[in-house]
Amino acid sequence: MSEILLQIDGKEVKAGEGMTILEAAQGVGISIPTLCYHKNLEPYGGCRICTVEVESGGLTRLVAACLYPVEENLIVRTRSEKVDRIRKMILELLLAHAPDAAGLQDLVQEYGANKDRFEKEASFCIHCGLCVRYCTEIKKKNAIGFIDRGIRKEICFIPQIAAKECNDCKECFELCPTSYLQAVFVLTESLAFPSSKN
Amino acid sequence: MDNNRIDQIIDKHQGEASSLIQVLLEIQSEHHWLPKAALERVGEKLQVPLTRIQHIATFYKAFSLVPKGKHQVHICVGTACHVRGATRILDTVEEATGIKPGETDLDLKFSLETVNCLGCCALGPVMEVDGKTHGKMSPVKTAEVLKIYE
Repeated sequence: MSEILLQIDGKEVKAGEGMTILEAAQGVGISIPTLCYHKNLEPYGGCRICTVEVESGGLTRLVAACLYPVEENLIVRTRSEKVDRIRKMILELLLAHAPDAAGLQDLVQEYGANKDRFEKEASFCIHCGLCVRYCTEIKKKNAIGFIDRGIRKEICFIPQIAAKECNDCKECFELCPTSYLQAVFVLTESLAFPSSKN
Repeated sequence: MDNNRIDQIIDKHQGEASSLIQVLLEIQSEHHWLPKAALERVGEKLQVPLTRIQHIATFYKAFSLVPKGKHQVHICVGTACHVRGATRILDTVEEATGIKPGETDLDLKFSLETVNCLGCCALGPVMEVDGKTHGKMSPVKTAEVLKIYE
């Protein structure tokens, strides 16, 4: 595998071909915040919190670090003023949905996001897709999926599959940054298969 | 809708998972909606998980997971039709069928939807029944058109 040289936050970084900016940065201990990223899952690029500024050929662009493959001589800035502003905005928008989500609080502190900036529209899910992708890609049970689209998009268990598989697994629970997944599961359980509870 | 018919549709597409949307569209156009049993059958035959089918069936407006009437009535309430009296047309249809937009009557005869433009503003107010466009509608004409489909 050929090596690619790039610069992240002023540091010379060596990376392998096909690696993403996020992987290259993690390799040298530069942390980029993520919400929808999971090392064992296909990159999703859903939350955009890992947005970084890249400069190549004199052009500066904003890209999602979890998706963008490393390039020779790429200059990456993970904490520029612009990047911080964008991350703060993304957080504030997510906070309108899940104001007290445990998985967001560290980032809220770090970027000084104001949870009251936007009117609350508590749906509690931030659509990171971790539960859906974990169930599909790793467990291959397909017990949970998305339904609908746009502002009405939400996660939804398939009751028949959930009744059989979920009680012994629940591995997705700890992935959820907001605990909304657990709530949906309890609701599905009590509506569709209450008898399975001990 | 029986399983044989669903199997026929699937076979027509060589049972390929990539034809999922085409299969669903065909079931939708024949049966007017997608019953749960049909979705399960399609998932089984095409080897597609139900979560994926559910995601697609709820994503596109062309699919319905609740029973729809035999005739789809679309009333245009776009700007041009609106100023030419689309509300009166809508009222007439609501009165004749007893349903509001988004609903289906008990005999599964009509489903009513409003749309925002059908692209033929010169014909406004426009009503579309089963894809056939009826232009320059008046409340009297609307009632007559609906009678054809009863």
